[in-house]
Amino acid sequence: MKKKFNCEVDCADCAAKMEDAIKKIDGVIDARVNFMTQKFTLEAEDDRFDEIVQLAVKACKKVEPDAVITVS
Amino acid sequence: MTAKLRKNLYRILITLALFAVLLVLEHTGRFEAWALPWYAEFALFALPYLLIGYDVILKACKTIRNGQVFDEHFLMMIATFAAFAIGEYPEALAVMLFYQTGEWFQSYAVGKSRQSIKDLMEIAPEIAHVLCEDGSFTEEDPEEVSVGAVILVKPGEKIPLDGEVTDGESFLDTAALTGESVPRKASPGDTVISGCVNGEGTLRILVTKEYEDSTVAKILDLVENASNKKAETEQFITRFARYYTPVVTIGAVLLAVIPPLAIGAAWSEWIRRACVFLIVSCPCALVISVPLGFFGGIGAASRMGILVKGSNYLEAVARVKTVVFDKTGTLTKGNFRVMQILPAGAENEKIIEDPSGNDAWNEAQIELLRLAALAEQYSNHPIARSVREAYEEVLRADASAEMNMEDIRDVTEEAGHGVRAVYKGKELLAGNEKLMTSHEIQTGADAVSGTIVHVAHDGTYLGAIVISDELKEETKGALAQMKRAGVKKCVMLTGDHKATAGAVAAEAGIDEVHSELLPGDKVAALENLMKEEADEKVAFVGDGVNDAPVLMRADVGIAMGAMGSDAAIEAADIVLMDDRITKIATVVDIARRTLTIVKQNIVFAIGVKLLILALGALGLASMWLAVFADVGVAVIAILNSMRMLGYRV
Repeated sequence: MKKKFNCEVDCADCAAKMEDAIKKIDGVIDARVNFMTQKFTLEAEDDRFDEIVQLAVKACKKVEPDAVITVS
Repeated sequence: MTAKLRKNLYRILITLALFAVLLVLEHTGRFEAWALPWYAEFALFALPYLLIGYDVILKACKTIRNGQVFDEHFLMMIATFAAFAIGEYPEALAVMLFYQTGEWFQSYAVGKSRQSIKDLMEIAPEIAHVLCEDGSFTEEDPEEVSVGAVILVKPGEKIPLDGEVTDGESFLDTAALTGESVPRKASPGDTVISGCVNGEGTLRILVTKEYEDSTVAKILDLVENASNKKAETEQFITRFARYYTPVVTIGAVLLAVIPPLAIGAAWSEWIRRACVFLIVSCPCALVISVPLGFFGGIGAASRMGILVKGSNYLEAVARVKTVVFDKTGTLTKGNFRVMQILPAGAENEKIIEDPSGNDAWNEAQIELLRLAALAEQYSNHPIARSVREAYEEVLRADASAEMNMEDIRDVTEEAGHGVRAVYKGKELLAGNEKLMTSHEIQTGADAVSGTIVHVAHDGTYLGAIVISDELKEETKGALAQMKRAGVKKCVMLTGDHKATAGAVAAEAGIDEVHSELLPGDKVAALENLMKEEADEKVAFVGDGVNDAPVLMRADVGIAMGAMGSDAAIEAADIVLMDDRITKIATVVDIARRTLTIVKQNIVFAIGVKLLILALGALGLASMWLAVFADVGVAVIAILNSMRMLGYRV
């Protein structure tokens, strides 16, 4: 499953760091944090998707406490 | 300006004022005159420092708790704390102040360019007026309208969904999609595309596609995802940043510790030099300027009606040296017309300039045309269509004539050759020279230019129909423009006869022609060209109708006239919404400029950083200089990238 979220990132380097951190999560197929469009795209296993989203948000908080991902 | 930005601006301005006052006091020797103790002076600088830097310190603490050592906030905190420790109070305050100013400017500039891209893409419709059963209209979100619904589009409104006009007449402004405001007429039966702006008339439209399949949604999605496909340059800089910061930070530590321990130099001096290192260790100027440059380039292109699917394609286009064209519909208008009908053995050939003069054709000619039209009646090929159209005109002129379909059976199309059918129990052939040769039929020697449809029945050659296609007016100029933009070779691929292809190529200014190709051969021909120019990129330009495999195979596939054609949008890397060939030179130019800007940014940013590192190590650069250089580089790189947003042809 692939889903797009809004996110607030302050710098391009931070976006790259978040991307790296999310990609390391088990079950993530692909992740992109787009600094220019302020969008976070996550592609992950279907059955654990919601759980992975939560893990991703947590991982981002760790590397970039400033960033806000809006999970609606 | 967002609330966050405004708040930070106030913080910067207040700190700047306080800083100025403190500097004046210090330089006029007031601190000595008042005989302030060191801690009072420290406090005077620490207060504005906290005002401007509290968030940096907070963030630094958070990241350090998470084990992130090479975080820019943390590095800034260390640098300024160190400055305080060695008694350089004004330096500490200045570094934090300018760092924040730089950050502010970056957010502002990025926000600005993000906004201008959003403005460019203001094609998303907000509402759809949907017809209810009782004849009234309700306003709905376009995403909720289903196929088959009838919607009303009032004058001046955007068409929310792709569909077919059922009622009303109007002109549509396609500027948002194609970058050019040439009004298109829309009347009942016409297909209209979402994103166009309705003119004076009110239209009723039968929705044929759901929102997520409509043109607008596709385009928006494409542009939004474009910056996800990273260019090589972009990947390089991200990788560079990953090593740069740790290396410079470690360098700073070594610089602070080794000289004082090894040769007993003054601690404060070497800590000061290490601080210079920490200040320039932040990679943000580099990391931001590259994608921002590409973003600007993609934005500039989309405003011209050119959709680039990723930064990587923009990068590839900039390096294109060979452009391969499909002939029909790309270089030529693609509207074929029957120009000559040449029954075998007759001398009565006639060139018609005006197709309305068709009654001038004699019986033998009409009979030949009739047979050709019969054979080609099911074919969708543009040539077949032109033959049918010509015959239909004859029928219109002469009410007694009638197309007799009964006797025709077993129509098979041979791709790239023509059509084979059975007429009155005997084989009827209509197609090119190759079709005739393969059935061992001798054609009349011909030296005419144009596409030729030979007709044979029951093994006897009956004659030829000559069909011509005109070169687009702008083709010649566009090719010249491409050459000026740096393209070395223009190649044309076509299924046409050699003579015809040669004539078109000569007229257009094409360097190399590959003619008489079957659809499958085009991929092979392209692959050969790509092998020849292994180091350089090859672009293929086609209309996306029947050349999707070639579009996909090329380094850069460019589809023209794609407005409303899903297949073309899908297969191509770069999509020209209209079919103006001049746009190719434009996109090459945009790509080149974008890449130049990106390269300038990289060289400039890395160069200045290395220079400051060298000067810092030698003790020639103060922390002031370092922070100015770092912030200055970021700002200049951003401004440089933003130039692309104002691109005009």
